[in-house]
Parts: sequence; structure tokens; C-alpha cells
Amino acid sequence: MSTLQSLQTSPTTLGRSELAALVARDIPAGSFVNLGIGQPTLVSNFLTEEQNITLHTENGMLGMGPEAVEDQIDGDLINAGKLPVTELPGASYFHHADSFAIMRGGHLDICVLGAFQVSATGDLANWHTGAPDAIPAVGGAMDLATGAKDVFVMMSLLTRDGASKLVEACSYPLTGVGCVTRVYTERAVFLIGSDGVTVRETFGCTVDELRPLVPVPLLTPAV
Amino acid sequence: MLSFLDSVTEAVAGIQDGSTVMIGGFGNAGQPFELIDALLASGATDLTVVNNNAGQADQGLALLIKEGRVRKMICSFPRQSDSWHFDEKYRAGEIELELVPQGNLAERIRAAGAGIGGFFTPTGYGTMLAEGKETRFLDGVWQVFETPIHADVALIKALKADGKGNLVYRKTARNFGPIMAAAAKHTIAQVSEIVPVGGLDPEHVVTPGIYVNSIVKVAS
Repeated sequence: MSTLQSLQTSPTTLGRSELAALVARDIPAGSFVNLGIGQPTLVSNFLTEEQNITLHTENGMLGMGPEAVEDQIDGDLINAGKLPVTELPGASYFHHADSFAIMRGGHLDICVLGAFQVSATGDLANWHTGAPDAIPAVGGAMDLATGAKDVFVMMSLLTRDGASKLVEACSYPLTGVGCVTRVYTERAVFLIGSDGVTVRETFGCTVDELRPLVPVPLLTPAV
Repeated sequence: MLSFLDSVTEAVAGIQDGSTVMIGGFGNAGQPFELIDALLASGATDLTVVNNNAGQADQGLALLIKEGRVRKMICSFPRQSDSWHFDEKYRAGEIELELVPQGNLAERIRAAGAGIGGFFTPTGYGTMLAEGKETRFLDGVWQVFETPIHADVALIKALKADGKGNLVYRKTARNFGPIMAAAAKHTIAQVSEIVPVGGLDPEHVVTPGIYVNSIVKVAS
């Protein structure tokens, strides 16, 4: 029991910024990284100069800098979310097929994406609710999910109705099969491997308090 | 034969009803607004348009869609906060949508320009966007067969052209320009500046002039 308790690393659940800071800390120095639109974008605020991370944006750039403000704003320099950004020294530009070759060719170390659902085997659903009246839009989600060496997901563990978004099998349309390696939520970090889902650490709860919320078997790290 | 034209009107004059038209740009970056406005004014209709998006707000491609000139969109990300003209046509069943993962869109365009008849890729495997497509287990992963996207015309935006039609672009406005230029039978580029032959460093040329048919200067 003491082993399980020790997985709790925060007395409270994590806020979005705290979670983004945790993801940023977990990115190895020197990595090439793509941050998805929305919550994953927050991660860039916590990357340090010492980490020497190179950010990729799917619309054709490596070495993307922070969001542009005031006189830095240039309509020809935008990110995947179509927001104005800046370039860092050493940046490069390339056309769209090269940009997606970087993603699809396995050259990116990590991508961080949002999700509607992740399955116990790492299936990802993050592009389409499947609602009949929804206008579908996929963008680069399937390429990133399939192409990056590691796919990290940042999401709330539960829906507004209290249902787990970590599931046995996704009910939403899939983005990729067996692609997610790690899930960061406000209550826990989950590692997805061939042996199943392992809880790396918990926030504001114990593993035993987590189990009733999540309908998949949860492993704990071998001591 | 490369031509330098005096106006965007002249540049788009040959575009026929029913054509497949590739339009460069990711969002507004690299979108050739003046060429699109001229295409709208030309009256060409029943078009299939290839673009990453399906128009933003009340300009460019969005107006072409609003005016009912686009029969079919081939794109990866139509739905945006300001894609109201596409949304309205789509909900009314007045526009066809072929939704393509963005990397497949880029690679299918590239394949067309490179004379490749199709390719296998893991992207989309096991998803609804791969339904009905041939799959194979290659290099240890399941892959989906994708075919090239050809076009009659490409409308693109570059920063500079030289007298040979070589192009350079600006920042992330490059996006689809180079691959669309190669994939279309006839490529029309709007540029901010035209320099004489020899005015671009050959090492810096992004799109070789062989892919470009018409160039029109548009004040930036």
C-alpha cells in the first residue's frame, strides 16, 4: 500500500498550466517537437532555453518561436492554428509535402495532442465527434498521430458528465490505431505500453481512488 | 511557354467551367486573393477546388464558395470559426466534400507532380477516412493506398519571380505553392516582384520555372 501511495506526487489535481509545465519537463533535451492546437500549445510556455527544443509547425517551419505581438505580427508567418508566430535563429521554412515528410517519415521525436478519447491500447480519437450534423475537419492530426516517434496526449480525465476519456475502446471515430504512448491528465499520468496502462503518478488522489473512475485495468510501476 | 501578364483578369481568362483548380495557401498565408477575385469575376463555375481549407470569412476562396462556383472541395480542414460560407453550402447539400488528411493531401499533390501513380502510407489506417481503400502490411505496419491529385490549373502566390519563372516564397506563405505548381497542367503565379533573369540566386530558387506558365505582378 505504501508503494501505491507514493505514486501521488501532488496533494491536489493539476491545473492546465501545471500540467503543461509537467509535459514540458518530460521532453528530453534536443528534441524535435510538434505541439497540437489548444491545450498542448501551453507546453511551449514552459520549455527552457537549456532544453534546446526545436518546435515544428505543420504549415512548413522548424524553429518556431513564441506567438507574435504588436509589430512582430506578419501575415506570412503563422502556426498550425493560423495565429501569428515568430521565428527563432536557425529556423527553416519548407513546403507542405516536406513538412509532412518530417511528420510521416518518423523524424519528430514527440507530438503533443488533445483528445476526445484514448483507448487502453493507445488508439486515439481527437478529430471528429461523429455527430451526424458535425462538419468534419481532420487537418494534420492523423499524420502526427501515426508519424511521431512518441505521441503524448493532454486531456481532462473525465468528460463534463463524469465519463472517463481513457477507455477500453474508443466510441468516437479514430484518428490513429495504437499510437498514443503517454496520457497526461489532471489526476494522473498514464503510460501506454504492450503490457497495458501503467499509472506513473497521481495528483490529488491515490491509484485506488483512480480505479473506480477509469474502466481499464491500471498497472503500477514495478518496484 | 512562360508568359508575363499585365493583369490577373488576363491570367485566369482561360479557366474553363468544370476545371479542377488548386489554390495555394494555408489559411490566409500564401492565398492568392487577387487571382481568386479574378476567377470569381470571370464567371467560371462547376469547379473542383483543392486547398487546405474551405475559405475564411468574406474573402478569397470563401467568396467563390458563397457564389456557388465550387461544386466540390478537396481539403483537410474545412471547418473553422469563420468558414460560414462553406458551412452553409455543406449543410444545404450544395457542395461536395472530399476530406483528406493533410499529409495525404500534400503527398497526393506531390505525387501528381512527380508522375507517381499512387503510394501506400500508414496515415489514416483504421479510420473512417480509409474506408474502402486498399491496404497492405508493409515494413511492419498497415498502410493505405492513396492516389495522386491532378489539376487543370494552379493559382499560387510567391514573393518574387525572375525572367525564367523561377520562384521564391516568403516564410510560411510557401506552404502548398511549390507542390501545386508541379501538379497542375497550367500554373499561374501572382508575385510581389519580378526581377530580371539572373536576379535570383540559383541556390535559393524554390520552384524552378519549368513548373510555371503565367506570372502576374500584384502589388503587395
